[in-house]
Amino acid sequence: MKQTVHQIYTLVRKDLVLELRQQYAFYGVLLYIISTVFVINLMMGKPDDKLWNALFWVIQLFVAVNAIAKSFMQENRGRLLYFYSLVPPRVFIAAKLIFNVILMMLMSIIALVCSFTFLGNPLHNTGYFVGIVLLGGTSLSLLFTVLAAIAAQANHNAALMAVMGFPLMMPMLMLLANVSLSAFVTVYQPGLPKMFLLLGGMDLLTIALTMVLFPFLWKD
Amino acid sequence: MARHWWKALAILLLIYVIIAGFTIKIPIIGTNGQSSRGLFFHVPMWICMYTMFTISVVNSLLYLSKYDLKRDVYASSAARVGAFFGVLGFATGSLWATYTWGGTLTDDPKQICTAIAILIYMAYLVLRISIHDIDKRARISAVFNIFAFALLIPLTYIIPRMVDSLHPGSASTPGFASKDTDGGMKLVLYPAFIGWTLLSVWIYTLLVRYKKLELKNIFK
Repeated sequence: MKQTVHQIYTLVRKDLVLELRQQYAFYGVLLYIISTVFVINLMMGKPDDKLWNALFWVIQLFVAVNAIAKSFMQENRGRLLYFYSLVPPRVFIAAKLIFNVILMMLMSIIALVCSFTFLGNPLHNTGYFVGIVLLGGTSLSLLFTVLAAIAAQANHNAALMAVMGFPLMMPMLMLLANVSLSAFVTVYQPGLPKMFLLLGGMDLLTIALTMVLFPFLWKD
Repeated sequence: MARHWWKALAILLLIYVIIAGFTIKIPIIGTNGQSSRGLFFHVPMWICMYTMFTISVVNSLLYLSKYDLKRDVYASSAARVGAFFGVLGFATGSLWATYTWGGTLTDDPKQICTAIAILIYMAYLVLRISIHDIDKRARISAVFNIFAFALLIPLTYIIPRMVDSLHPGSASTPGFASKDTDGGMKLVLYPAFIGWTLLSVWIYTLLVRYKKLELKNIFK
């Protein structure tokens, strides 16, 4: 048990150090966020509440696709084989999940700050919204990690990831956009706790399925 | 001959369902008018879809435990037939919605969620096309199929029950359930369930046989 935790820790640290040295995903995605938000700003100035919400989650979606696709792209065949000989597959995917969650949380915060600066801040309840953004970032990164792992098996096909990912993503995005509406105006939303439960449940489901199924994916 | 009695039964039942479905007297309620007859075609489509998707996911699980390629043929054929019936169910539902809800594609949660569920299975089929190695395709698509099924349940069972929908059965509308369905309609509805399900199984067996012929070099 202790060894497993140590292995996961080492792998996460390796990814983090690699990221800090190369800053490959970070600057790529940063540029992506800023240009998207800036283009929206040029086209429509400061959008109103509902539009702001919709645009923000669309930005989040594409940020997640870009940031997380990269995390598997840089692992070439030889390196994957090397990892396979070192650690059990579950440890490997657990480390990837944790790293991607950390990366995506950072990206979410950056996306939020960019949106505030370029698109204005229509939020009524900022703390609540930040919480949802972090939760949403976690959910998105978990699911896209799995999809990236699948796409990595299918010759790193990025288009395939979009095709597989967007339908799977839609229920989560719908839930997120719904729960975040409360941050804009004080409205009464029946079933709000239930939606949070469902989101958490989906996250748990994704983690559980990944842990069970990833060893099958890796057997090559 | 003894093995084919159920095919004859399917044909007889469906002839009965189609003739009786369009001719029996049904209660005319409000805007529903004659459109309630869609019930005999719409609901069975979903039952067929669920049957097929269940067959598909069970076979995917079995494939992952035994690595028998036949299981993959079963799983993919069932998913194909299931997606086909899903589209039919969506089409009949939309047709009904056109005349009762006042729009073919509304923003009703039930309609959106089922559309997403069907899209997920389309993604499964696209994923299958994009991988050329047979064993790899079987393994990866089995993993994705399990994910798809795990999302199908919250999408079509849990989320639509949490939010208000125009669909019969949610909120305060009568649900065409056993308690509030007219006796005459039940006489057609229950045979329709059996008939359409048998038909879907029939199509599925045909597809399996065709695929086995395609791969007969492998199966011997």
